[in-house]
Amino acid sequence: MSKLGNLGARLHRGEISYDFVGKRKVWYGVSILITITAILGLAVRGLNMGIEFQGGAVFTTPTKMSTSVAKAEEYANEASGHQSVVQKLGNGSLRIQIAGIDTDQSDRIKQELAKDLNLDPEKLAADLVGPSWGEQIANKAWEGLAIFMILVVIYLAIAFEWRMAIAALVALIHDITITTGIYALVGFEVTPGTVIGLLTILGYSLYDTVVVFDSLKEQTKDITKQTRWTYSDIANRSINGTLVRSINTTVVALLPVAGLLFIGGGFLGAGTLNDISLSLFVGLAAGAYSSIFIATPLVADLKEREPAMKALTKRVLAKRAQAGAEEDLADRGGDDADEAAPAVVGPRSQPAARGRGRGRTPGKRR
Amino acid sequence: MAAPKRGRSASAQSKPGRSLALILIAIVALTGGMFLSGHTTPRLGIDLAGGTSITLKAKADQGSAINKANMDTAVDIMNRRVNGLGVSEAEVQTQGTDNIIVNIPKGTNSKEAQEQVGTTAKLYFRPVLASEPSGAAAKSPSPSASSSGSSSPKPSTSPSSTASSKEKASSTGSTSPTASATSQGRAVSDALKADATPSPSASGSGKPSGSPSATPSASASGGSNAAGKLQAQYAALDCTKPTDRANAGKNAKPGDSIVACGKVDDAWYKYVLGPAAVDGTEVKKAQAVFDTQGASGWQVQMTFTNGGAKKFADITGELAKKQPPQNEFGIVLDGEVVSSPYVRTAITGGQAEISGSFKQEEAQSLANMLSYGALPLSFQEQSVTTVTAALGGEQLHAGLLAGAIGLALVVIYLVVYYRGLSIVAMASLLVSAILTYVIMSLLGPAINFALNLPAVCGAIVAIGITADSFIVYFERIRDEIREGRSLRPAVERAWPRARRTILVSDFVSFLAAAVLFIVTVGKVQGFAFTLGLTTLLDVVVVFFFTKPLMTLLARRKFFADGHKWSGLDPKSLGAKPPLRRTRRPAGPVAGPADPKEA
Repeated sequence: MSKLGNLGARLHRGEISYDFVGKRKVWYGVSILITITAILGLAVRGLNMGIEFQGGAVFTTPTKMSTSVAKAEEYANEASGHQSVVQKLGNGSLRIQIAGIDTDQSDRIKQELAKDLNLDPEKLAADLVGPSWGEQIANKAWEGLAIFMILVVIYLAIAFEWRMAIAALVALIHDITITTGIYALVGFEVTPGTVIGLLTILGYSLYDTVVVFDSLKEQTKDITKQTRWTYSDIANRSINGTLVRSINTTVVALLPVAGLLFIGGGFLGAGTLNDISLSLFVGLAAGAYSSIFIATPLVADLKEREPAMKALTKRVLAKRAQAGAEEDLADRGGDDADEAAPAVVGPRSQPAARGRGRGRTPGKRR
Repeated sequence: MAAPKRGRSASAQSKPGRSLALILIAIVALTGGMFLSGHTTPRLGIDLAGGTSITLKAKADQGSAINKANMDTAVDIMNRRVNGLGVSEAEVQTQGTDNIIVNIPKGTNSKEAQEQVGTTAKLYFRPVLASEPSGAAAKSPSPSASSSGSSSPKPSTSPSSTASSKEKASSTGSTSPTASATSQGRAVSDALKADATPSPSASGSGKPSGSPSATPSASASGGSNAAGKLQAQYAALDCTKPTDRANAGKNAKPGDSIVACGKVDDAWYKYVLGPAAVDGTEVKKAQAVFDTQGASGWQVQMTFTNGGAKKFADITGELAKKQPPQNEFGIVLDGEVVSSPYVRTAITGGQAEISGSFKQEEAQSLANMLSYGALPLSFQEQSVTTVTAALGGEQLHAGLLAGAIGLALVVIYLVVYYRGLSIVAMASLLVSAILTYVIMSLLGPAINFALNLPAVCGAIVAIGITADSFIVYFERIRDEIREGRSLRPAVERAWPRARRTILVSDFVSFLAAAVLFIVTVGKVQGFAFTLGLTTLLDVVVVFFFTKPLMTLLARRKFFADGHKWSGLDPKSLGAKPPLRRTRRPAGPVAGPADPKEA
């Protein structure tokens, strides 16, 4: 078995585990720090909006251009009268960006450029956008985002509960902030492709979160009927239990995206493929992080505020204190002894807790 | 191995063979359908096949609403325009509520089409100041009578059948003293000169033939410079050249005098036209009718709005007094004269008809143009993307290569981690891939689905989503084995839980795709569609293929005995000793009852 497989087994048995929930304050801190950095980055540096948002044209030459970047830039400036940006792409073709020109001008510029570059105008690809096109895509994207968030919160609140819906939403916003923050800080160009990538993160980030929540919901179904674990304990175990799965799914999701990024970026240079995969890559990583470190601890946090859970925590702590006094029987005892003893014996030796537990039981059992 | 105390297999394991057979039949049927229909590859989007894609956004003018009916009409016009250019397979579609996407596959006409589509659908009635056949090939073989026939009211007086074939205008008018072949050219310059003279005003009285000077337009067209320019343009205009035609009426303001081309019976004529007298939006309705009483055949009836009726009465009143060709008005759609009927009397009352020797299609087409031209929507060009086929092919190549590499990496990872189980995963991915490909191919002709670059990205990303489902299930099975169950019950027990998780998370993914698909336009929509499609297919594949296959494989010795390479070796999974259940049944809390960290 591979090491990860062993890790899975040991995580499953609880031999090793990381106290995600217990150390949540640390991770909240980390996230808040990242978020603040992201917001600062957005505020100070702003996003490097692509040409789609300002209007202009992007010309792409076929591969194997002998013309140098500087020369091409000179041609483009001359032809357009505007400052142009020329990049050499991985495959040797040139990408010439000229902002602030309109449809009428672009045709002339295209002809001129083609002549200067010694090309057949038909071979010079032009991507021409009005200033409002990117804005429209972005507006639609925000609209879609808002609708999606509302629907998903409703769905999660029904399928799970409102606390989970809120936690998932916070994690989602967190992911989006981080991703846009990274874009601002690194200065990646924002194109409609980026927006597409960002929107995809929505579904994906939630996919991960939902899997953990599903396990959490299942494991806490009869939580009030025992006194061994608090909600936080079980939440932590859910994270640890699904950790291998989370790692696997994230790796498996990132691999094709990495392929896209590598191929798109490495061989073709900037383009739709690259834009989408870059934001996906950043977003997927952020999504995996947030579902483990933010979403579930947040649910536990919210849940622990519930009176029933507070009571449970009290009972569990009291029992643990007692068990601690009786020495660590649990460590040496087998599963069954362990399982049977606390659940049954515990309450019996604590009339107060038992009474409370009994009082709640009918309500909790549907 | 562990003896399952509570074998649930019997009930849950119902006929895995049947599901497998079902999905295999479905695959065969779909693939067969694909080959039968002849669409064996997905239709490629414009960015992959090469061509031009234009996105237009509707703007509401004059309080007119952007609604579905208006948008559909606009699509009709544009379709007529791009396909009128002889561009095959150009497609015009609405997208979202106010966008129209025009895709013109690679071809030489894309630039022309772009110009045509990009211009606003505006129709004007402009008085004709001068006109003559244009270009060397003004071979109008038909005598003038018929040449004007299609565009002018049924001549009451017999068409002068003088075979002065080069001229058009004069013939239909009853009194046509001026029109000689030579006078045409002069008439133009006269008219333009008149333009320049500061006293054009009272065009009123029917002037004697000689100098058809006064035109109502003069004042509007500015100084002599403008007139000179116009004259030069007119002289240079060769309507047989497509570029000249396209440029002729371009960027004209309604108030300017313009030069324009028009086709009359396969021959091109060029015109000098005065400022717009009536706006196309003032045509309330136009329809082609067959005149049974007057026996004049097909004709086009127009109804004007109140304002339009007044203007139309004024202009026809003036035109009626003039000599040919100045008693005509040109109906100009997007800079091209689509018809140039002449006027006999002032037409009041807001009803008018254009008659001539129309064929039915001609009449209907003119009526359509009149109606369409009145369309109150104008469009703004949002983006124009031209992609050379070479570049598109390269991108597709890179996309597919990236997909292959991504898939290979996923497979390697799965093999390393899941060993034997990865066979199930790979088979499922394969089924998924086949289904996606076949369905995409079939959706091309069915709903015009075209695989564009973002859609390719969507499909590649979907590899991850599809693999996710297997991982959820496999991890569940392995958890069950760790609990000490043997494979067969583990497979069955793991399924209901994995199923729920898969459904819940796929639903979220699908929701995201659906919202994106409905809300967004263009590229994003293609991406969302692919994502939604693959999410649905994921569910189908997991339910009808992965699970039954797993059930079947669980019966094989290799897997059931937990061979070292099966990926289900209980020992290396760290299974507990066989279950010794105490009194409590497998409640959810007790189910994965592990020693917790102290």
